[in-house]
Order: sequence, then structure tokens, then C-alpha cells
Amino acid sequence: MSNTKFSKEHEWITLDGEVGTIGITKHATEMLGDIVFAELPEKGSNVEKDGTAGVVESTKAASDVYTPVSGEVVEINQSIVDDPSKINADPEGGAWFFKLKLKDKSELDTLMNKDEYDKFAKETSA
Amino acid sequence: MNVKKTALYELHKKHKAKFVEFAGYSMPIQYSEGIVKEHNITRNKSGIFDVSHMGQLFIKYSDDITDKLQEILPTDLKNLKINQSKYSFLMKENGGIYDDLIITRMKDQYMIILNAACKQNDLQIIKNKLNNQNLDMNNDLSLIAIQGPDSKIILEYVVSNVSKLKFMNGGNFSFANNEIFITRSGYTGEDGFEISLPNKVAISFVEELILKGSTLIGLGARDTLRLEAGLCLYGHDINENTSPVEANLKWAISKNRINDNFTGSQKIKKQIEEGVSKLRVGIKPETRVIARESTKIFDEKDNEIGKVTSGTFGPSVNASIAMGYISNSHSKTDTKIFLEVRGKKVPANVCDLPFYKKSYVKGEANV
Repeated sequence: MSNTKFSKEHEWITLDGEVGTIGITKHATEMLGDIVFAELPEKGSNVEKDGTAGVVESTKAASDVYTPVSGEVVEINQSIVDDPSKINADPEGGAWFFKLKLKDKSELDTLMNKDEYDKFAKETSA
Repeated sequence: MNVKKTALYELHKKHKAKFVEFAGYSMPIQYSEGIVKEHNITRNKSGIFDVSHMGQLFIKYSDDITDKLQEILPTDLKNLKINQSKYSFLMKENGGIYDDLIITRMKDQYMIILNAACKQNDLQIIKNKLNNQNLDMNNDLSLIAIQGPDSKIILEYVVSNVSKLKFMNGGNFSFANNEIFITRSGYTGEDGFEISLPNKVAISFVEELILKGSTLIGLGARDTLRLEAGLCLYGHDINENTSPVEANLKWAISKNRINDNFTGSQKIKKQIEEGVSKLRVGIKPETRVIARESTKIFDEKDNEIGKVTSGTFGPSVNASIAMGYISNSHSKTDTKIFLEVRGKKVPANVCDLPFYKKSYVKGEANV
């Protein structure tokens, strides 16, 4: 995941051409516990950087999912809606949330790389 | 205020518990397995719960004490047999509930198990009733629950003859030369036992249970288990402003006490005769959306008709489940309702409780 970037809200994004794939980090799933519900943005909708783009719920609580960049939702991962436990099992792989056609690639520059994120996650959870 | 720890705290730590503060105690919300796995372990095998934060109140037995307790509990204590337990309520004047509790008639005393968050207030109320005599909140005892289908066999390894106990009955047993008291009861909808034992042997006792195949389970799974079983959590599903009748717990008021005098009895009698305006019901959302506590409930015409008091995802029923109070006119099973979650109206249906049913074992069967 060398070209993967991370947000302070514990989302990751991997860019492939114009399209970014977004999910939540393993660290986020460990904090949330067992995820039992997921809600995704609608395909075709536009989302704004740092805006709400979904919800995950654990047995304990609901948490918003934010989008780390702006763009148009071109694909959603229905399989995590049907079986939210996949998010705990493979958060940074098969359990991606949605794909965005990026509005402004420079928004990626505001995000952290893996080392920076790992450090951030460690500090904020301590 | 210092956060209190139970005698099992170090053992919880050893088993990688995540702790939360609950009623002034640092309690394990989950261990490394996570809530869903812990829930399933309890349903399919056996789980151990540290419930030592709950109050264990002992009251010397006498006919006079029985009369006085009957003034604040709507339970027929006079016909309670030695070693028999009953679910009851510490009643408030307005018909509300100060606490829900289990009272057991032991040989020379009553044992009352109280909710952690309520126990100090309860103690004050009961003290006043008994003129501050003959009662003792014992802080040298731990309370352990072992729940789930394999629990009987596992506990039997550690405590001989325990599987002969009948549901809602208890008895004296021994562990490592200490007298312990065990009842066949619990709050998960599973067969199980609750063990009151000295703090000093609590860790070695639980370690024995783990060795024999049981697993420590946190409060997170305890909540999903009890909600699937349709059981109330005090402070959420019942409180000082809900009566046992409104809470659909009328069964716990002894029949021969309905026309008797106890705190709040006039209100109770009136509610039984004339009906109630709101009632606790089970709620099943039609989607996986979870309706948490305080979620507003609407009818088909968009009138607000109630509120959710507990809601979660039930791993054993693989669905979102909730309980709440709803206007009596909409409380019939299968009534279509709507839950307002994050601004959207989610369709749901009133349903029978419990969501998950397994019959309790009555005495020794299929060992």
C-alpha cells in the first residue's frame, strides 16, 4: 500500500488513475470492535472532502465514515453492507467502502503516508 | 472518585480485557475475542461473567423482616422456600422501580442481588425500612456467573453436585475449603449459575472454570445476550418512572400480592385494572439499521408514539433488535412502526419477546 494515503479520521485511499478506493483502517476497526452494520453513499452522489460518506456501527456504538477527498461516487462495495463482519476481517483489502472519481487530486497532499499515519494512530490511541 | 476494581481485575488484565467504567467500577467490556465471538461462545459453549460490582445484601431472616420486606417488594416472600430465588423490584411510591433484583431465601437469611449503579440508594431505602438493623452489604464477596449450555458440566467439575440445582434455586457448596453459595440463574437466556464466593478465592475459582473449558466474557456481550433474551437493563429499559406493569413485567408481581399493600401498590392495582398508556415491547427493524436508546418511534401517520430504550445487533438472531416503550394502542405484535435513525424513518415491527429463546433446564436433565 505504498501509494495509499491516510486521514486523521482513520480512512485510507489508494489512487488508480482518476479513481480512488476508500476504506477504513485496521486501526479503526480495532477501536470500533465488531462491526455489525455499514451504510455507504449512493452511487452517483458527490461527496465533499471531510464530509460524512457513510456509517459503521459496532455492537457498542455508531460512527460516521468520512471521505478523505472530494469526488463522485462511482462504485460502492455492497458486500460489506450484506456482511459487515468482512470489515473487521479485511479492512485494508477486500472490505473497501466506495470508489471516487476525484475532483481535485491535490487534496491527497493533505493526507498522511503510512509511516505518518501509524505514528498518528499510536499517539492518539495511547 | 476512585474507580473501584473487583477481585478479578488482575485476571481480566491477564486475559487482555478492554475496560470501561461502569457504575464506578472498572469492568471488562470485552476481551481479545470481541463481543460477537464472546456472545456466540456463551450461546454455544460456556462463558464466565464477573458481576462482582453488583451488590450482595444479606438480611437476617425473621417473620418480622419478611413482613417489612414485603412492604417494599411486590413478591410473596412468605411462601418462598429455603434456597428458592425470585426476581423482584424495589418499589417506588409512584409505582416506579428503584431497582430490579433477585431475592433468595437462604436458611437463616435473605440474599438480595442489586444492580451496581443502584446498590447504595437501595441499601439506604432498605436500611430505613429495617431501622438499620439485621442487614449487611457484603464487600468481601465476589459474584461470578457462568452461562451457556456447557456450563453445567464445567461447573460440576469444579463443584460436585451443582447440576442438581433447579432453575431459580440455590444451595451451599464448597470450594477450596470455603463455603460458597450457588444459584441456578443468570441474565443471558441460557442455562447457567451464579456463584457468590469470597474475594480471596475468586481468581483461583475462575481459573479452574477456564481450565475446564469456559471463557471470560465482557459486559458488551452480556448486553447483547440479555437483550436477545428480552431482559431489562435497569436505568435503560426500566427506571423510577416505569412501573412493572408498563415494563410488561407483571408476571414478577406475585398474584397473591396484587391486592396487598406495598410501596406503589395502589398505582399497580389501578394499572392492572384500567390498563396502561405505554408498554414495553420488542421491536424488530426491517433492515440491519440499529436503533439505539432514545430513538423516536412513529406510527404510520407519523405521530410520535414512543422511544427505544435498548437497541443493538443480535448475533444469534443475525438481526437488529430493540426494546422500547410504545403507546398501548400500538403495542400489539406485528404492528408496523417507524424508527427515526439519523433523520430517516426505518420501518420496523412490534414483536414478541424474547428475540432468542432457549428453554431453561429444570433440575438435572441430560447430564
